[in-house]
Formats: sequence, C-alpha cells, structure tokens
Amino acid sequence: MTPRRNYARRYVWFVVPAAFAVVATILFPWLFTIYVSAFDWRLGGTREWVGFANYTKLFSDERFGWAMLRTMVYTAMAVVFPLILGLAAALVFNQKFPLRGLARTVFILPMMATPVAVALVWTMMFHPQLGVLNWLLAQIGIPPSMWVYSPDTVIPTLVVVEVWHWTPLVMLLILGGLASLPGDPYEAAKIDGATPLQSFWHITLPLLAPYIVVALIIRTIDALKAFDTIYVITQGGPGSASETINIFLYLQAFAFYNVGYASAVVVVFFAIILALAALLMWTRQRVKQ
Amino acid sequence: MKRLLGRIGFGLSVLVLISPAIMVFLWMLSLSMKTELDNTAFPPVFIPNPVTWDNYAEVFARNDFLLYAWNSVVVSFSATGIALLLGVPAGYGIAKMRAIRLAGLILIARITPGLSYLIPLFLLFQWLGLTGTLWPIIITHLVITLPIVVWVMISFFEGLPAELEEAALVDGATIWQAFRHVAMPLARPGITVACILSFIFSWNNFIFAVVLAGRETRTLPVAVNNMLTFEQISWGPLSAAALLVTAPVLILTLLAQKQIVAGLTAGGVKGA
Repeated sequence: MTPRRNYARRYVWFVVPAAFAVVATILFPWLFTIYVSAFDWRLGGTREWVGFANYTKLFSDERFGWAMLRTMVYTAMAVVFPLILGLAAALVFNQKFPLRGLARTVFILPMMATPVAVALVWTMMFHPQLGVLNWLLAQIGIPPSMWVYSPDTVIPTLVVVEVWHWTPLVMLLILGGLASLPGDPYEAAKIDGATPLQSFWHITLPLLAPYIVVALIIRTIDALKAFDTIYVITQGGPGSASETINIFLYLQAFAFYNVGYASAVVVVFFAIILALAALLMWTRQRVKQ
Repeated sequence: MKRLLGRIGFGLSVLVLISPAIMVFLWMLSLSMKTELDNTAFPPVFIPNPVTWDNYAEVFARNDFLLYAWNSVVVSFSATGIALLLGVPAGYGIAKMRAIRLAGLILIARITPGLSYLIPLFLLFQWLGLTGTLWPIIITHLVITLPIVVWVMISFFEGLPAELEEAALVDGATIWQAFRHVAMPLARPGITVACILSFIFSWNNFIFAVVLAGRETRTLPVAVNNMLTFEQISWGPLSAAALLVTAPVLILTLLAQKQIVAGLTAGGVKGA
C-alpha cells in the first residue's frame, strides 16, 4: 500500500495550480455566499448582520414560492419531453443510413448554437401577429396562440425552446449507450421469435436504463439551471408569469441590489440541486445492479 | 414493396427529427437577408427576394459590433488557454492518482447554477477594482472551461496505455518529462476535444458577461441581447447579428463534429 501511495503522491503537483483556480473561482464563491446570506446586504449601500432572517423571510415570501413552483413545472416538462424525443432520435441514429453523419451533425446543431442568438429568433417566431409560427398553425387549421405573450402559455412555450435546444444532448448520451449494447441477446430473441417491439421492450430498455438515468440526471440539473433563453425571451414576464428561481435570483441581486437575500436564495436552491443530484446518483447505483 | 415502404417511413422520420433544427436556422438566415417590409409581411415571405445585405452592413455600422466581437474573441481564447494550461496537467494528475473524489468536486462545479458564482465574484471584483476590464469575465469563464478541460482530459489520460511512460521513467526521465514528452503528445486528440468544447461554451456564455460587463467590455451575446431590448421590431439587423454571433460556433461544429460528439459523450459536459 505504502509504495503505491508514494508513487501516486508525486503527481500532486500536477493538480495544485488547477486546484488553486478551483478554490478561487468555485470554492470561495460558495463560502462567501453563505457568509453574505447572513446579512441584509445592499449592493453599493448598507450591510447589516441579520443571522437567519433572510431564510425565514424566504419561507414567507410568496413570490419565491411561486418561482419555486414554476421552476418545478418547467423542469418536469423540460426533462420528460427531451428524454422521450432523445430516446426516439437515438434509436433512429443508431441505424445505418446514407448521410447519417451529416444528419446527426445537423441534429446536434441546436445544442451548440449560442443560446442568446437562438432565443432572439424564437422571440420573433413567437410574435402573435407577425410571427411565422402562428402562420404555420393557421395552415393546419389550429387557432393562433399567444405563445410567450400570455401568462397561460408562456411556460409551455419556453419549454418548447428548451426541448429544441437540449434534446440533442439526450440523444448523444443514449446513442453512446446503444453503441455499447451486446448483439447476442438480440440474436437469441430473434431465434425465439420475438418481434422488434418485444426485443426493444425486454432487451434494449433494460440494458439502456443506466444511460437513460445519466441523461435524466444531466437534463434535470440543466433544466433547473435554465436562465439564458428565459431571460432573453421574457425576462420573467408577462408580469411574473415565467419568473423561475433563476430569474427571481437575478432580479433580487442585480435589479433590486438585494445581494444578502439573493445569497440566501442561492444557498437554498443549491441545496435542492445537490439533494436532487444525490437522489438521482443513488437511483443510478440501484439501476446498475 | 414492404421494405420500400419501411425505408420511406424511416427517411421521413429522419426528416422529421432534423427539420426543427434546419427550419430555425434557415428562418434566421432568411430574416437576415430580407428587407424590413418583407420581414413583417403576413403571410410571411420565406425566400428572400430581393436578397439584401443591408442588415449585415447595418450591424457592422452601428453598435460597436467589432469591439464586442473582439471582446468575445479575447475572452474565449484566454479562458480556453488558461483552462488548458491548468487543466491538462490536472487531468493527468487526477488520472494517475485515481483521485475519484477530486473528480467528483469537478462534477459539483458542473451542476452549480452560474448565477450562484456571480454575487460573491461580483463583490470581489468590485473590491479588487477590476470592473471595467475584461479580467472579471475571463476569470468567471474559467468556471465553465476548467471543469470541461479537466473532465475530458481525465477520461483521455485514463484511456492511454501506461507502459510507454513507465518505460520513460525507467530510462531516467522525470515524471514531468514523461508527461510532457510521452503522455501529452499521445493525448493530443483529447486536448483538441477539450479545446473545442471549452471554446464553444465560453463563446456562448451569456450569464457572466451580462452582469459583469460594462459598456466597453460587452461580449457578443450581451451586445446582441441589448439590441433586442432597444429595437423590438427591427428584425433584419437583429437576425443578422444573431447569425453572426452563432456562425463561428455552428461552423466549428460542422467541421469538428466527430471530436465534439466524442467529448460530449465522455462526460456529458456543458457550460455553467
């Protein structure tokens, strides 16, 4: 054991510079956030020690509660749809067909595109009078929608953008899983007379489960973190109909300069993300067995 | 006959899968090449006729577009360069030490919402008097680029055979030399992947610059978002600007799709 340890320890110096950067840009912000959350801290103004007051305020703040609820609804939709569509797309791209490489590249373009640029185009497409989407709906006989301009449709509409944007990542993760599947079970199933649907249900899905759970973890975390497209398209509006936790956080900190209160939101939000990630990791271990 | 129908059905499903991506980008292109009159016409005009380049000329004429483009280039290259300098050796060290817990710390950085770094770092930069320069943006972009580089490099170095380095060590090379002259050249494809991904996610980042950038230090995504706020209905120039911002990334994706797919499936990495 000892020689192996010494052998490993020689490599510590390779990690030290990066570790220093991680401490400065990642660890320090966490600790400092917790510190700031104990103050009534105004950006460019006063700062006063208040202990846990920001946290107690949080639990009676209705606006925070609504933001939380919206984030949950948004996340649930922004996880389920990309998972289903991404799985379907992965099954298609796992087949061999002409121009497959090009088609796959085009399919993953949305996730590489600059979110702000994409959000701008969607904003124009959502325009209720002049937007191309309402025209397309009219062509197939569906009445026009208000898209992001109505409180009732704004969240599902933003989910559409998120689904468009991030389904490719789910597809890639599951495609990686499909590539690693063994061929033997399929041969055996074919000999036993299983239909393609049966072998998908009883062989492919169980074998893919670990990859699907990884995609689920990544998608959940990313959906919770969603900020760019929501901020660019609606800035939380109309009213506060699309104000998710991230938008609430941004407004508190950089529009109302309430950094103490915003820091408390960060701490609570991050605790939720960590708990969710841990839960999903635990699920992953269970699935693997 | 049944096989032919199956093939047509399959082809159609491929088309259905890729058409949302194609349509959004083509519509962006179409908007950027039409006159304002055609852009606000209803029913919409799809094929630009006449084609106009005025929108692009307008983007370059106003808004200090070139300054913001330069800012974006400086930020993305610096953040990627620094991340490679720090992250490639770190990935090697972690792979050699099999330090799984350290790798886990990197993953936590991946799941933290970008906004949660901003409040403390904003206060810090104010205190250090760095506001008004590009440094705050470059430093915060390390939050995205460094984890990507480290994560991709760990998986690449772990995949390398250890025999060559061990042979070098037996021949009297130091571990640094073994890294520099044996492992690193072998891991060059991995470095390329890390470089491309970290550049793209730094280029695309909006959240850090929107808070930290001043008038002179805006990056392209922030500049384009500002255009939207100030001229709601001017769709042509807006689309032209949006396309110019995202074009480098789209072209890079088309050219390096193999590396990008390899890198993304290695760790499921994405910016903060």
